[in-house]
Amino acid sequence: METPDQICHRLLARFPSAEISVLQNPGPAAQHSLLVGPASVREVAEFLRDDPLLRLDFCSNVTGVDWPDKVVVDVTKSTVPDPAGGPPKVTEQKTEHTQPGYLEVVYHLYSVALRHGPVIIRTRTANRTDAVTLPSLTPVWRAAEFQEREVFDLFGVVFSGHPDLRRILMWDGYKDHPMRRDYVEPEDYEWEPTPHGDLVDKSKRAHAPKPAGGPTP
Amino acid sequence: MTAMPTITDEERSELRRHGILLTSVEELYNWGRSHSVWPLQFGLACCAIEMIAASMARFDIARFGSEVFRPSPRQADLLIVSGTVTKKMAPQVVRLWNQMAEPKYCIAMGACAISGGPFKRGYNVLKGIDRFVPVDIYIPGCPPRPEALLHGLMELQKKISGQSIKGPDAPRHLRADTSCEYPVPEFGEHDLLPPKNPDVWQAPDSSRKQ
Repeated sequence: METPDQICHRLLARFPSAEISVLQNPGPAAQHSLLVGPASVREVAEFLRDDPLLRLDFCSNVTGVDWPDKVVVDVTKSTVPDPAGGPPKVTEQKTEHTQPGYLEVVYHLYSVALRHGPVIIRTRTANRTDAVTLPSLTPVWRAAEFQEREVFDLFGVVFSGHPDLRRILMWDGYKDHPMRRDYVEPEDYEWEPTPHGDLVDKSKRAHAPKPAGGPTP
Repeated sequence: MTAMPTITDEERSELRRHGILLTSVEELYNWGRSHSVWPLQFGLACCAIEMIAASMARFDIARFGSEVFRPSPRQADLLIVSGTVTKKMAPQVVRLWNQMAEPKYCIAMGACAISGGPFKRGYNVLKGIDRFVPVDIYIPGCPPRPEALLHGLMELQKKISGQSIKGPDAPRHLRADTSCEYPVPEFGEHDLLPPKNPDVWQAPDSSRKQ
């Protein structure tokens, strides 16, 4: 099978205006993936499915990744010449800026016909709050239907063009997205004989003296 | 029924040896009930596989009179909560419990039904069915073997045999001061509403006892 760089090269030749790049995986698995912009992911997916050299006819896995906002510290060095004639002074100026987070959807593609794979494509939303819409790939691979519903349920990515976008694991009317990094679980105290970690605080809250006049057990 | 038995247990067993059977309505009633506990045919996860194994030939729950797994809660006496109760499933389990006729009993089978088990730090699993349903017998294990389920059933039979028809030890449906209603929780925006039934379950004290 072609390497991700070769696939990326061919894709860019076929779709010159698309945003496609290769994300390197520095780990020992070295499973590099293709990062595709949301505007062109649908036509890229159709190309990957129909291309005679690839024929990626099987979408084995769809999953989501939550990348929260990250504070990045920029260090700018400036050299101030010493008026007394000594060595110039180097001052460091640190500025912080917040790199906005995003939600990422990852598709693992295989070819049953040609027995190769996986080719991994990723696509990212603009942010984590209001612009969370991505094009659905269910019209390309029917197998993505339930898994995209799961990503919608647990991460809150809205797939446009999905035939039946409802929650699949949690109930309708549930408001949270439990797999997001900033999810706060309900106060759901669990007794432990030796509470530790954050369970110590939970244990204290659960056994706090009840306000007088309240309902008694 | 008088407060003092007019015949002692020794005298009764002596009479039995001579072929005279003396018994009380209570004893006969509990003997019949405890040897025909009909479980609800209902499983939730891998513990249900062990429950099925207990009903098959090798373990043969029929030896204890509980082979009649009823597909309807109206005809069942025993709810075996066999497996993980997710928050999405919990209202249905409580509804099944409410649909069973008194006198009814509940066995929490396995770590998940008792406390949430390996999933107890998760967002979607109920931390024990005893938050909504009064549990009579807890069977630990992950999953418990069929022998453990049979042992739990025998303990339940002991419990049923010890229940009296009148007085403060009577089961809840024969007493005026207890309620047999268990509210079904609703799906909230973040959790079940209410997350527990305070009449049934309170957080146990975790302070160390000397």
